[in-house]
Amino acid sequence: MKAEGTIDQQTRHEQIGLTDAQAIEMYKYMLLARKFDERCHLLQRAGKINFHVSGVGHEAAQVGAAFALDREEDYFLPYYRDYGFVLSVGMTARELMLSAFAKAEDPNSGGRQMPGHFGSKRLRIVTGSSPVTTQVPHAVGVALAAKMKKKKLVSFVTFGEGSSNQGDFHEGCNFAGVHKLPVIMMCQNNQYAISVPAHKQISGKISDRALGYGFPGVQVDGNDVLEVYRVTKEARERAINGEGPTLIEAMLYRLSPHSTSDNDLAYRTQEEVDENWKKDSLPRYKKYLIDCGIWSEEQDAELSKEYVQIMKEATEYADNAPYPRAEDTLLHVFAGDEEGNQ
Amino acid sequence: MAMMEYIDAIRLAMKEEMALDDNVFVLGEDVGLKGGVFTTTKGLQEQFGEDRVLDTPLAESAIAGVAIGAAMYGMKPIAEMQYSDFMLPATNQIISEAAKIRYRSNNDWSCPIVVRAPIGGGVFGGLYHSQCMESVFFGTAGLKIVAPYSAYDAKGLLKAAVRDPDPVLFFENKKCYKLIKGDVPDDDYVVPIGEANLLRSGDDITVISYSLPLHFIMQAAEELEQEEGITSHVLDLRTIQPLDRQAIIDAARHTGKVLIVHEDNLTGGVGGEVAAIIAEECLFDLDAPIRRLAGPDTPPMPINPPQEKFFMLNKDKVKVAMRDLALF
Repeated sequence: MKAEGTIDQQTRHEQIGLTDAQAIEMYKYMLLARKFDERCHLLQRAGKINFHVSGVGHEAAQVGAAFALDREEDYFLPYYRDYGFVLSVGMTARELMLSAFAKAEDPNSGGRQMPGHFGSKRLRIVTGSSPVTTQVPHAVGVALAAKMKKKKLVSFVTFGEGSSNQGDFHEGCNFAGVHKLPVIMMCQNNQYAISVPAHKQISGKISDRALGYGFPGVQVDGNDVLEVYRVTKEARERAINGEGPTLIEAMLYRLSPHSTSDNDLAYRTQEEVDENWKKDSLPRYKKYLIDCGIWSEEQDAELSKEYVQIMKEATEYADNAPYPRAEDTLLHVFAGDEEGNQ
Repeated sequence: MAMMEYIDAIRLAMKEEMALDDNVFVLGEDVGLKGGVFTTTKGLQEQFGEDRVLDTPLAESAIAGVAIGAAMYGMKPIAEMQYSDFMLPATNQIISEAAKIRYRSNNDWSCPIVVRAPIGGGVFGGLYHSQCMESVFFGTAGLKIVAPYSAYDAKGLLKAAVRDPDPVLFFENKKCYKLIKGDVPDDDYVVPIGEANLLRSGDDITVISYSLPLHFIMQAAEELEQEEGITSHVLDLRTIQPLDRQAIIDAARHTGKVLIVHEDNLTGGVGGEVAAIIAEECLFDLDAPIRRLAGPDTPPMPINPPQEKFFMLNKDKVKVAMRDLALF
């Protein structure tokens, strides 16, 4: 990633319409997501939380896409690795930590769901589940509703390359294509469906599948936050202009095991993992910002320190927060349960 | 008040709800220009336009999933499954998604969809155009399931389903579509979800059922009273989830002899749960073992006439079971 552009010395981020402050903010969210991930990993190993499913290696794609969307209007249907995404659209580290600890105050599910199952009506993050790719038709439904209501918004949905083999991906894409709906589908192709490598999942290119559904599909370097931002922004403009959906395939690598329950070295080598750490988006983007002269190692150290504090506070808060009441297990099966209408 | 067919009552309910609320829309295979393979949605696209009566691609999971997404945005979709036999690809969307959206989001999101699906045989539909799917979904928390037997209830329950804040499966009986006619008021009434309905009072036996078999039961009850003086207490569940427990208990206590009837397979059917409620709540009020009459435990149902007839319930089969119980 080079700082200097070819024309009139504009930086790359300026060329795609980002201010220096926005370019730095993107980095901040990437780092925040990474720090959250690292903290949850430690908490799980220390026995403080049961489970963590990681987004390490996905941050650039998630944050780049989020910044290209209208974070006041658009609807988001993230998948379980999208910490960088949900942080970028307004969820806080404390809220995510409340989910990790399964506490009552967790805005995602009130401590009912596993971590990584995001949801917040306030932030228009549509509640998600564990069966993969069910969210793709939901995103299409949101886009259909928006179109019916003549609202200028898009729905943005993510999933992994493993999930892209589910019927719901194909059914959702086809429906969106037929009705030219304002939906952006982003596949975070991290090369593994738990243990199954990409070449055993897919024989072609996922982005090429869009052709069969009648809309553009683009493959993008998912470790390049600015490039992801650029293609997502273009996709959003197309969607808002009534030109229909876009499929984005962000190429990246799952640097962590699938989850804290997975031993990835049972199916891939340390050398392969090490090789991919060299492409990690965080040092790469940090260097870019420093080369642009808008960021420094001192600022970076300061930010890391600040994040350590945020994680510490979030952890303490969530650890000390009460669990949901056992008897509330019965609530919210149907509307009005709290009034005894069960 | 107009005399109309069961299918017309369903159409009228959709028409009224769509006129009342812009958020209500219909989607499914062939529901648009054609008006559905059974004509259930005939004329709706003409009246409300293509945007509100959508012909979808042939993909049931998308029909359900897109409806769920639109419902979470604030719409009130009515998703049509052409036959309940074909709704299994949508089962993940219905059970993993629609049923759990309110619960898993701790009441933050909701999913007010209606999924309409024709059930039942006796139409030479063979194995995949005849099934009753209610037992597949029965027992899934977060779903309401209704199955009307009359034109009046079909309209009133569908209107209630559309207005319900949670997902409702509306199992309409395809054999009833044209066979059943009844008085249907043209006013804006609803039949509340969760309330059973006593169709006939009697003192000798209680028969509990839902959907098409009730017509056989009512004919048999009439004949048994005329011919043999056996009087029947007939309860229509109408809503099969959540069950109207009190109505079931009251009806069982009334005669102390209970027959439960459904076309769905015997094993795992709704009847087992109804029997369990009675056994738990009023066993000592019973004068006979609880009996069930249901479809045999074979895949429903062969297309050839003798085997279809063998599988299906009819007035005579029901009458035999009712008399037998009365004489116990």
